[in-house]
Amino acid sequence: MLSIRNLSKTFGNNKNRFKALDNVSVDVLDGEIFGFVGLSGAGKTSLARCVATLEKADNGEIFLDGVDLIKLKGRKLRLKRRKMGFVFQHFHLLMNSTVYDNIAFPLIISKTPKAEIRKRVDELLELVGLTDKASSYPSKLSGGQKQRVGIARALANKPELLICDEATSALDPDTTKSILQLIKKINEQTGVTVIVITHEMEVIKSLCTRAAIMEDGVIIELGKVLDIITNPQTDTAQRFFTKEHLPEIIRLTESLAGNEVLVKAIFIGDKVHKPFISDIIRGFDIEVSILSGGIEPVGNATIGDLVLKMSGYENAIISAIGYCKENGVGIEVLKGGDVNGHI
Amino acid sequence: MGIFDRYHFDNFAYSMTRGRLTSGVDYANEVWRILSQGFADTVYMVFFSALFAVFIGLIIGVALNVTGPAGICEQRLTNRILGFIVNTGRSIPFVIVIIAVFPLSRFIVGTSIGRTAAIVPLTIAAIPFVARVVEAALAELGGGIVEAATSTGASPLQIIFRVLLPEAAPGLVLGVTLTVINLISFSAMAGLIGGGGLGFTAHRWGLQEFRTDILVYTIIILVILVQVIQITGQAISRKLDKR
Ligand SMILES: Nc1ncnc2c1ncn2[C@@H]1O[C@H](COP(=O)(O)OP(=O)(O)OP(=O)(O)O)[C@@H](O)[C@H]1O
Ligand SMILES: [Mg+2]
Repeated sequence: MLSIRNLSKTFGNNKNRFKALDNVSVDVLDGEIFGFVGLSGAGKTSLARCVATLEKADNGEIFLDGVDLIKLKGRKLRLKRRKMGFVFQHFHLLMNSTVYDNIAFPLIISKTPKAEIRKRVDELLELVGLTDKASSYPSKLSGGQKQRVGIARALANKPELLICDEATSALDPDTTKSILQLIKKINEQTGVTVIVITHEMEVIKSLCTRAAIMEDGVIIELGKVLDIITNPQTDTAQRFFTKEHLPEIIRLTESLAGNEVLVKAIFIGDKVHKPFISDIIRGFDIEVSILSGGIEPVGNATIGDLVLKMSGYENAIISAIGYCKENGVGIEVLKGGDVNGHI
Repeated sequence: MGIFDRYHFDNFAYSMTRGRLTSGVDYANEVWRILSQGFADTVYMVFFSALFAVFIGLIIGVALNVTGPAGICEQRLTNRILGFIVNTGRSIPFVIVIIAVFPLSRFIVGTSIGRTAAIVPLTIAAIPFVARVVEAALAELGGGIVEAATSTGASPLQIIFRVLLPEAAPGLVLGVTLTVINLISFSAMAGLIGGGGLGFTAHRWGLQEFRTDILVYTIIILVILVQVIQITGQAISRKLDKR
């Protein structure tokens, strides 16, 4: 297990100090894919680099299997680094070495016998689907292929922890998808713990079971991805999950009548068994129109996300919203009323 | 110093033949002998001084890189001191290096004149140059690849030999090429102070004896030599560069 305790990191000199991480604590469980998400400058990379011991934290502890990484030095530290694989946004491959040699690099560093290196590299080439590119140089590869090499290299020494810092941020959407699938496959096949760092909610949604949202060097929200999505506690979290077209809808309904409210309903597919929309229409004497909506997979579940316009008497709307909440549908009033639907 | 003895013998032979032959087969033979002797001396001086200078300069250049800001063994004071020494070395004109190093040459190779002795000032003059060239070639790599290696648990020595040097190889080859070419022109100067080589040949025969043909030949040989080295160096560098 990876256990981060009260981690702080300050950059800069005495005159110009910047606190990139402020008292961060989080546990990452064995075998899970844990996500850190946040806007640019939130401190995600700083955190990843501290964990990978590429950066020295000022304060705090980072326990990997009970050993505090911050206290390690010299050879002991280097041995521990072999137990962690780091995947970089910009790949950082050896440009004068072939794909094969790039993947073999960590094994050469750990003085693995030659025959074993060959076997392991072949395995990894197969895993990331680059067997036919073994003798190519990185300059001849596409971004996605380069990242596959980066991932294979990070896995070479069979690490316990794989840290992916914006591993897909330099890639196009299709390639991103295939790399995410690869990371998921690796996690399932090898059971390696994965830390995924990203500013894209989509990455978190498709990979992680748990995640932390970071802002200004602090974790502002932490928990199951499903919970964070259906019940965000902070504005930042909400903004991450709010669809880009929402402002558009809100603008379109500027002409909202006095007896109308605009709400967002979020629900987890398998947890909501009742057809709540027809229920509230029938049960509360209101009209409901769906302005936008979608259902998307998050991990093993599906999340429904609807924008509804409810019109009717204030009391009926309040009751309808109450009914939804009781039945596990998260309701957020976007326009026309307060949190409970009071107009 | 066997080689040095032969040099003296040849010098003696030069003076025996000086002024007597002016044409014919014997004359051509003599010109050939003078030029090939000069050429051999130049190659000898440049080869050995480049060898030593590249070896020592490489070590200093790598040290400058790894002790520098964000280097793998960042050490400000060491870096400053090394930088200062290298800059001082580079700021001293070569002629002064030659004169200043005479006593040192005597100490190291047992004599302060002759082509072997000339290797000492040539090496010393080239070391700071090589160091800066190496430092520049390594700086071009950027920190990413070093970090990637660090994250796999590589030690500083492993990073130097398995990342820095192989990745910088194309740049290093160009640096060595530049060094060798510089050494050829420096060796001409060193030759004037009794080292031999093509510079000596041009001065001794071309200028002092008014043998304009020999002067022209030495220039042609030098031009060809530099071209060949430049083209070969670039070809090797390109071959190594897979970026
Ligand atoms: N080496 C450094 N020197 C000085 N300041 C730094 C350094 N690295 C990071 N910072 C600062 O720390 C803050 C957090 O940076 P960090 O790279 O961790 O953010 P991030 O969440 O990864 O952002 P991004 O999404 O842009 O990658 C930023 O404001 C940045 O300017
Ligand atoms: Mg970052």
